[in-house]
Amino acid sequence: MLQVDAIMPFGNTHNQLKMNYSAEQEYPDLTKHNNHMAKVLTPEMYANLRDKQTPSGFTLDDVIQTGVDNPGHPFIMTVGCVAGDEETYDVFKDLLDPVIEDRHGGYKPSDKHKTDLNPDNLKGGDDLDPNYVLSSRVRTGRSIRGFCLPPHCSRGERRGIESLSVEALGALGGDLKGKYYALKDMTDDEQQQLIDDHFLFDKPVSPLLLASGMARDWPDARGIWHNNNKTFLVWVNEEDHLRVISMQKGGNMKEVFNRFCTGLTKIEELFKAKGHEFMWNEHLGYVLTCPSNLGTGLRGGVHVKLPNVSKHEKFGEILKRLRLQKRGTGGVDTAAVGGVFDISNADRLGFSEVELVQMVVDGVKLLVEMEKRLEAGQSIDGLMPEQK
Amino acid sequence: MAGRFARVLSGNRRVGILSLIGAGSLTVGFFLNREQNVNAGANVRRIYPASAEYPDLRKHNNCMASHLTPALYSKLCDKATPNGYTLDEAIQTGVDNPGHPFIKTVGMVAGDEESYEVFADLYNPVIKERHNGYDPCTMKHPTDLDASKIKGGLFDENYVLSSRVRTGRSIRGLSLPPACTRAERREVERVVIDALGGLKEDLAGKYYSLSQMTEQEQQQLIDDHFLFDKPVSPLLTCAGMARDWPDARGIWHNNEKTFLVWVNEEDHTRVISMEKGGNMKRVFERFCRGLQEVERLIQEKGWEFMWNEHLGYILTCPSNLGTGLRAGVHVSLPHLSKDPRFSKILDNLRLQKRGTGGVDTAAVGSTFDISNLDRLGQSEVQLVQTVIDGVNYLVECEKKLEKGQDIKIPDPISQFK
Repeated sequence: MLQVDAIMPFGNTHNQLKMNYSAEQEYPDLTKHNNHMAKVLTPEMYANLRDKQTPSGFTLDDVIQTGVDNPGHPFIMTVGCVAGDEETYDVFKDLLDPVIEDRHGGYKPSDKHKTDLNPDNLKGGDDLDPNYVLSSRVRTGRSIRGFCLPPHCSRGERRGIESLSVEALGALGGDLKGKYYALKDMTDDEQQQLIDDHFLFDKPVSPLLLASGMARDWPDARGIWHNNNKTFLVWVNEEDHLRVISMQKGGNMKEVFNRFCTGLTKIEELFKAKGHEFMWNEHLGYVLTCPSNLGTGLRGGVHVKLPNVSKHEKFGEILKRLRLQKRGTGGVDTAAVGGVFDISNADRLGFSEVELVQMVVDGVKLLVEMEKRLEAGQSIDGLMPEQK
Repeated sequence: MAGRFARVLSGNRRVGILSLIGAGSLTVGFFLNREQNVNAGANVRRIYPASAEYPDLRKHNNCMASHLTPALYSKLCDKATPNGYTLDEAIQTGVDNPGHPFIKTVGMVAGDEESYEVFADLYNPVIKERHNGYDPCTMKHPTDLDASKIKGGLFDENYVLSSRVRTGRSIRGLSLPPACTRAERREVERVVIDALGGLKEDLAGKYYSLSQMTEQEQQQLIDDHFLFDKPVSPLLTCAGMARDWPDARGIWHNNEKTFLVWVNEEDHTRVISMEKGGNMKRVFERFCRGLQEVERLIQEKGWEFMWNEHLGYILTCPSNLGTGLRAGVHVSLPHLSKDPRFSKILDNLRLQKRGTGGVDTAAVGSTFDISNLDRLGQSEVQLVQTVIDGVNYLVECEKKLEKGQDIKIPDPISQFK
């Protein structure tokens, strides 16, 4: 039977229709799958969760659709599920808690996450060698409480998020003063400039994102805001409500992180002044669309030249011990080109922002040291780090 | 199947239902009574009025965008079919895809048979525009699968390289690909391959499930040009029909490789009859025979195809309503295709050209895919006859131009017979 008040006008939420079939009949075929969701979602769990939905109507099948449609990824173990709203993490905790635990290094449902956005607590970070470290960047995401997340939001909600964000960002001053460029209104000139600055984000092409529904209605209510100095950038309504990025050429990660914390804190104040807050709780930290970005949602990293270290047989092991991750300079779905790597923190949850950026700063410093040794034909055996 | 509707109607309702019995089909309209039944969550979701939810269609050029006014959106946006399919879901593909370089796309799909009724105020003008003036409110669609009525149909094989007829069929009572659940999709697969298993003689064949086929089988199907792959066209993926790929998708074909059925691609089934050469008459004869046999076999088990007398066979895309039929040839027209009158000739013959790769391709060399323009308002026999007569004319033109003779643009043939 159909419960009329649970009908939602968008997304695959015909949940009551599925109740006409047994759980076994609806259970997805995950035999060829290798993602966190597929590892955890047993037929029994599916049967227990499938008749539930969040107050906004997000269902189990909505959560897992991207993981069903994308069995695996060549470079990384994907999560395979997304949240449609803040309550997803609670209503479907039987699925998401073990996914989170597996993805975030054993983080338990009872663990508490610390938030620390005080840049004074970062030691060093202003002296990474610019001969090797080409650029430094810190990004995170923020979600506005009370609104559904990109996989599930309606056009009206998405536009509401945009207008709130543009209003808040419009109030930033000093070196953070800037301008918003709506994707659907930007001129060809503006578009070219944003491409040249490497700021422009395009409609997602990754099937991981498309399958979750977050590209619906593109480019409606999507846009880019950046300060006049081009060192602080906010993406509106891409994979999350807001992605906040602080970046600059060279190796002064301390400055990047300073600006990051200052900007974020100001933005949060501005939202609060309008009666809105970010989604956050003491267990999961900042709540974002993808469970992989919970906690700090922070990826702090550098583009760094490591042609020698990267060929060393222990490169992978070194990164693992430093709790760092490598990517190509095109981002998560790319491979490295010309010995230049994107090196960033592997963790998101269970460590504070300061702790994670500290790991990047200390780790990259060590990697550059190793690179110099190998260049000079020396061994790096004595430099091998302990597991952090 | 009436079963689904009976379950819906007898269920425990908290909201009033208006039941409309339309000519030829049972339809149920749903009206949400928000004050009485909205829970806290639904209130939170519906904080925005229709005007704030109305899509931005200013850069759009598809049939949906041409007809979906803010007032119409407001009227329909709270409705849902008995399965829960909504307007926003139906139009999502049109919102996400403003236009197509070669054709004006439809910009909406159906999630189930009832979509065409619940959202008739939008589908009807879209259907009328797409089907060149066919009015579902007043007109009736003729179905005729009697291949013996075809005259001619043996083309000159110096020009016609291959002949093909395709259509689609949907199983009544199960949701369509944009909206179906995994279990429903698996049920479609089960019902269809059960029926196909009953085909005999020149129609006897085998099913290849996409998720289970061996590498060898896959290679053979590719070599035969039978294998369909996961849709990449955003027109299809934005409508949700690629969900759960490749679960419950597959290809069935007869041993002679002249009769082929796709299961759960863009429609429940796509049925294709084809062969090399120019014997369109035999292709169509096999097409009709195969379709009628499959229909008989599913009816034995208590199932039927979605059909009504206004819209004919119900398929996912409104462009395929009526016959769902595309009959065509691959034909070599090196002289004619360079003649400036080529397009006009095709228009008057009510034919359409495509590249040999299908709808989203351009022609390579001078071999074209020529097929009927219309789907709805004429029967299968009429449309195939149109293709036969038209292709004969094109080949005559080609021969004349070869000899240096002049050709004539034919008078336009009438659309609704």
